[in-house]
Amino acid sequence: MLTACSDKGAATAEGKDAPAAGDITGAGSTFFAPLGAKWAETYKDTTGVRLNYQSIGSGGGVRQIKVKTVDFGATDKPVKPADLDETGLLQFPIVMGGIVPIVNLPDVKSGQMNLTGPLLADIYMGKVKRWDDPAIRALNPGLKLPHLPITVIHRADGSGTTFLFSNYLAKVSPTWKEEVGAADALEWPAGLGGKGNEGVSAFVKQTLGAIGYVEFAVAARTGTAVANMRNHDGHMIAPSIEAFAAAAAGADWANAPGNQLLLLDQPGAQAWPITGTVFIVMHKTQDKPASGRAALTFFDWAYTNGDALATKMHYVPLPPEVKQMMRAQWSQITGPDGKPVYAPATPAPAVAASAASAQ
Amino acid sequence: MSLQSARHPDPVDPIFRGLAFAAATTLLLTLGGLIVALMIGGWPAISKFGFGFLTSSTWNPVTEVYGAAGPIVGTLITAVLSLTIALPIAVCVSVFLTQYCPKQIAQPVSTAIELLAGIPSIVYGMWGLFVFAPWFARTVQLPILTSLDPESFWGKLLAGVPNGANIFTASIVLAIMILPYMSAVFRELFRSIPPQVREAAFGLGCTSYEVVGSVLIPYVKKGMIGVVMLGFGRALGETMAVTFIIGNSHRFPDSLFASGSTLASTIANEFNEASGVHLASLIALGLVLFLITFTVLAIARALLSSQRY
Repeated sequence: MLTACSDKGAATAEGKDAPAAGDITGAGSTFFAPLGAKWAETYKDTTGVRLNYQSIGSGGGVRQIKVKTVDFGATDKPVKPADLDETGLLQFPIVMGGIVPIVNLPDVKSGQMNLTGPLLADIYMGKVKRWDDPAIRALNPGLKLPHLPITVIHRADGSGTTFLFSNYLAKVSPTWKEEVGAADALEWPAGLGGKGNEGVSAFVKQTLGAIGYVEFAVAARTGTAVANMRNHDGHMIAPSIEAFAAAAAGADWANAPGNQLLLLDQPGAQAWPITGTVFIVMHKTQDKPASGRAALTFFDWAYTNGDALATKMHYVPLPPEVKQMMRAQWSQITGPDGKPVYAPATPAPAVAASAASAQ
Repeated sequence: MSLQSARHPDPVDPIFRGLAFAAATTLLLTLGGLIVALMIGGWPAISKFGFGFLTSSTWNPVTEVYGAAGPIVGTLITAVLSLTIALPIAVCVSVFLTQYCPKQIAQPVSTAIELLAGIPSIVYGMWGLFVFAPWFARTVQLPILTSLDPESFWGKLLAGVPNGANIFTASIVLAIMILPYMSAVFRELFRSIPPQVREAAFGLGCTSYEVVGSVLIPYVKKGMIGVVMLGFGRALGETMAVTFIIGNSHRFPDSLFASGSTLASTIANEFNEASGVHLASLIALGLVLFLITFTVLAIARALLSSQRY
């Protein structure tokens, strides 16, 4: 298998001779899909290896990897450590993104509306009904707020975005945790549902007085007004790639069993409170070591070469030390003979290796 | 010819008979298999919630309590409403095309109608979401909201968020979707009427209105019931267009302009991410939809067979 070459230069030269041999198959997260496609395009140009990714949703991705119809699954919702152990899976983060509240008010532009987590929970529970509510006015003293009913827009389809959003609200609001809870689909106390990120932003755009939540990349693309959020440290901050990266910088990956970590309400002066991670899920024992090797080669390439493309598309690259930590964990992915299927070209530092073996 | 074949049976006959029989059997087996599969898949939900599954409007993936009442009501309301809108228009269109319209125009119009039937439902959904819903919100919902007393009967019936995503607009989009299909079949029904019938009625001194109302429509009544029921069946099961525009709220719709959900839209929305009881409940929704459609078609059959000429 030509793609087995850990040396990237050699893979570039020889990969072209056997384009179909190393095809990688994956399925899952729709959030990851646009970036995955761009990465795959560039990767194919350099190595000749194709990535065939089905954007079927995080839950679907996990289901597919469990039944081994794909080489890897991608999910916005980390698999629980017990579930990983039971099914012999390993998950590692690949890229991050932010979830942002968007609003539609006549005199409010991006970055002008201030919100806090508990207030957002009250709005989504239908407890704060109008935009000139004292709670909103107190946070936005300079803003012209109309006596307009708040229309709450949520995702209609089960989604990783809803999973992260509701988990964040559950984390910062005890009433939300008790009355609504967190999952990828909810019994919403108020409002209406749009299909997908596009459906939510369309409804928000069309409804005066609406509020919704979408991935940052979608908000940037559709041009809806994005709100600021108060973070864990009490600072009011605007969403940005830097703010998402700050949330990741404070994250304690080394002590997260099975890499199950939600970047919600993370400490850090500049950290955005609702940050999400895309996880890649693979089997620890590969029936076909070549496929596992091809997939890991691709992810190693993405770790090394994918950051610029990710940032351009409003995704957030992982911090370098997290990448090293994950590369070290890849030695857990072995063939039937018990030997690791892939050795990263960049040697893992001792610190990261010990952190990985600690779990 | 017929005498000859009676004496020497065509050797192809038994083969053809066998083929036809096999096709019919396969169809029945598939249908039966579908029911069995839905029952097995939905069993965890059916056994857990029992009859309450049909009457409860709770749909909570967090606590894992599911009830189908909201989507069932939403499905029936949108289907009935869309049929109410589409039926008179479909009859008028087909009457116009077969009785009044000059031949040179009738053909292009008929083709256009058939073309409408071929547009994928997701296109209707996107049109509904991006064009029709905003227009409806601006020109219909906002004036109503600002002029009606929210506590009056009409105020309550027409209450809702003014963004066009509600049961009523979903029904209109559904009506547009089933309209071309229904009018195309109506048109063929009217064409199938022997010209002598029409000529005889005119010969008796009937006006055009009387010919259509008292002779032609009663003549094709049997076929019309079938068309109506098939249109209804299509409206019941339509998924993508409705999903885009109905607002996708599992609550009981409390007004005409409230957002709701249908069985098909709920399944389409949540199937990808669901597992466990959630998944079983979605499959049980599928079973409910299957049974409703089955009942509708059974009623259609019963009505058809009760017709006598």
